[in-house]
Amino acid sequence: MVDSSMVLWGQTIIYTVYVLAIMALMAWFAFRVTREAPKAPGEGGENRGVKPALFYSFVGLLIVIGISLHIVTYETIPWAAMDFKRASIAPDKTFDIHVAGHRFQLPDEKLRIRCGEKVLFNVTSGDLTYGFGLFRPDHSLVFQMQVLPGHRNDILWRFDKPGLYSIRSTEYSGPVGALMIVPDAVEVTCSEAEEK
Amino acid sequence: MSFIHRLIHGHEKSFKPDTLTPMQKMILRFVVVGLVFYAFALIEGMIMRIFEVKPLPGIEPKQFFAIMTAHPLVGIFGSTYSIVFGAFLFLVPFLLKKPLWSIKLANWTCALLGVGTFTFWFAGFLSEYAPLYTLYWPLPADFSQFSLWGGIFFIVGIALVMVGTLFFVVNVLKTIAYTPPGWQKQPAGALLGSALGWSGIRNLFRRKKEEHLVPLPVAAIARGTVDTALNSGVILFTGVLILVYMVAALFGVDLRRSAIDALLYKNWFWWGLDLIADGLVLIFVAGTWYLLAMLITGKKLFMENIARAALLVELVVSWTVWSHHLMSDQAQPGLLKLFSGEMVTAFELITQGLAFFITLATLWSARPLKMTLPLKFLLGGLLGFALAVPAGIMQADLGLNRILHNTQWVVGPHVHVAVLVGLTMTLYAAIYLLFPIVTNGVKLFSAKLAGFHFWAHLLGGIGMGAFMGMAGLHGMLRRSLYLEGEFSVYMILAALAGSLLLLAFLAFFFNIVMSLGLKGVLEIFTPAKLDTKDPVPPQH
Repeated sequence: MVDSSMVLWGQTIIYTVYVLAIMALMAWFAFRVTREAPKAPGEGGENRGVKPALFYSFVGLLIVIGISLHIVTYETIPWAAMDFKRASIAPDKTFDIHVAGHRFQLPDEKLRIRCGEKVLFNVTSGDLTYGFGLFRPDHSLVFQMQVLPGHRNDILWRFDKPGLYSIRSTEYSGPVGALMIVPDAVEVTCSEAEEK
Repeated sequence: MSFIHRLIHGHEKSFKPDTLTPMQKMILRFVVVGLVFYAFALIEGMIMRIFEVKPLPGIEPKQFFAIMTAHPLVGIFGSTYSIVFGAFLFLVPFLLKKPLWSIKLANWTCALLGVGTFTFWFAGFLSEYAPLYTLYWPLPADFSQFSLWGGIFFIVGIALVMVGTLFFVVNVLKTIAYTPPGWQKQPAGALLGSALGWSGIRNLFRRKKEEHLVPLPVAAIARGTVDTALNSGVILFTGVLILVYMVAALFGVDLRRSAIDALLYKNWFWWGLDLIADGLVLIFVAGTWYLLAMLITGKKLFMENIARAALLVELVVSWTVWSHHLMSDQAQPGLLKLFSGEMVTAFELITQGLAFFITLATLWSARPLKMTLPLKFLLGGLLGFALAVPAGIMQADLGLNRILHNTQWVVGPHVHVAVLVGLTMTLYAAIYLLFPIVTNGVKLFSAKLAGFHFWAHLLGGIGMGAFMGMAGLHGMLRRSLYLEGEFSVYMILAALAGSLLLLAFLAFFFNIVMSLGLKGVLEIFTPAKLDTKDPVPPQH
């Protein structure tokens, strides 16, 4: 299954290519705009502007990109659709977690998960707005959500790779909120067959 | 002439404050206030950049987050609002060829922005009030973490800024609509209708099209002021709500925090805040691009009617776009995430893309152009938004937001590139263009310093955003602290890029001071000797 690190790599490549392209375009424009416009035959040297057709094509391109980005990600990023439909999906396991006084209260010291399981993290807050994020040992983000007091905050996630993950608050809740970390709180194990 | 002499009197002694009109003094005051607070924000930014590499001795995390709380507000209200409001209060009458409705009210706006910003900054500095600008309920009313008195003065400072902002809105709309003494009666309703877009909508359904009564840049300013006014209302209301809890706590009464729903509050807050981030900023910037393109080329704007319509669409989009900030809030209704969060936000790619294209096409039609400072900075500003808007569209995606929300990606390639490269370079373009107009022809001290200002700012802004973005893609959160040096490589590189921004500003500031002289800068704040409502003296 596509995981968040793969999606982030894809995003890095796409955005980097875009950045280089738009910078090259602007550099080209800055150079050319200071040069004399080529003279059109029979127009007595009158400067030719941009044709409306180019403008409307550009608008069309923006519309296509704006819409297709979300369709493509919805179809290719597995958690997008699962998150949207999570109320109708039965989880294999549920963890109820409470946060209050800048502390995570976990149901167990270690939350153990088998590969392929769909796990529901149901997090409630007793006081402030917090965040709930799962991080790899290299600090990269697996997923996160906001945790609001007085509301149901749940996220359904399927794990396909073994590993130890840390829980960290991803929302500012005061200066001590930066220290809300539970190292290696989640352990995912896979058999060889499951890993393949 | 010695260096000290030039520093005090200006390099050519060509700046004569006595020859300035009240309007010229008014805009120069706004610009000075804006630049002083830009310096505040820049120094705060550098302190935070260094702190992200290695915590500094003498600065506690609480102070770090207090700086983080004040930093964006000083940048937006103290700096950007001051420069933008000053420029628009000068340009609206300049473009309409009629006097400003009230120069006195404009000076009050400047004073309230300055005093209000200093008040909330100082309150935050002294008391370490640090609920951050997001103010997620009930954090701002958590007096076990934050000083009650510090919070009260902080909110009062913000309220002063908002009152000044409302004065600006009234002044702009009244200037468009009023009839100056001795003038033929002006069609107030028709003028406002044209400025706000009503006549444009009616034109869609009429065979005989009405002529636009106000120029396009004035229409952009007027439409931006609608969001400015709505945002002031939201922030004032929010401030009063927090003050109620604070005053109650002062009298020993602990009001029930759960009386305010955290999700509803968050929706309300972001609806209001996006009127700035996704409303007036984009509308004002597009209007400024159009004005700069027309002034630089001396030509009519490419596709002017579509540009005018797009400004109105942007205004409507800004009222319906806020939910992209709540895509990680699982209690937020899915349909709001989908339509407001994803779909309407994608419209910003179109409206801002239109403004980008129209500005470039207008410049293109006037080839060959001289690569002047305003043109250079305008192209830098266009590049900034071309980089930052797609970064924002990516994070406003249901799939990607799950791994980007609250990371350094949001605040790096999106926020800081939009503000520092897109917005600030556009403002610098306007400042360099207006400088000879509002100083009666003073020449810049050094073209080389101005060139350094451009490159250092451009590379520093893009570089800082890029390294913050790389850290974000590797999981580094915003509004957090990493004490084990987890992301120090990216943070060192971001700090180096940030120091380029600092050098750029110092070069710019030195250039301006050497052009005007310190004495001249101070005399901007004395009453004008000329008694005229004209923007510039008759001989200019």
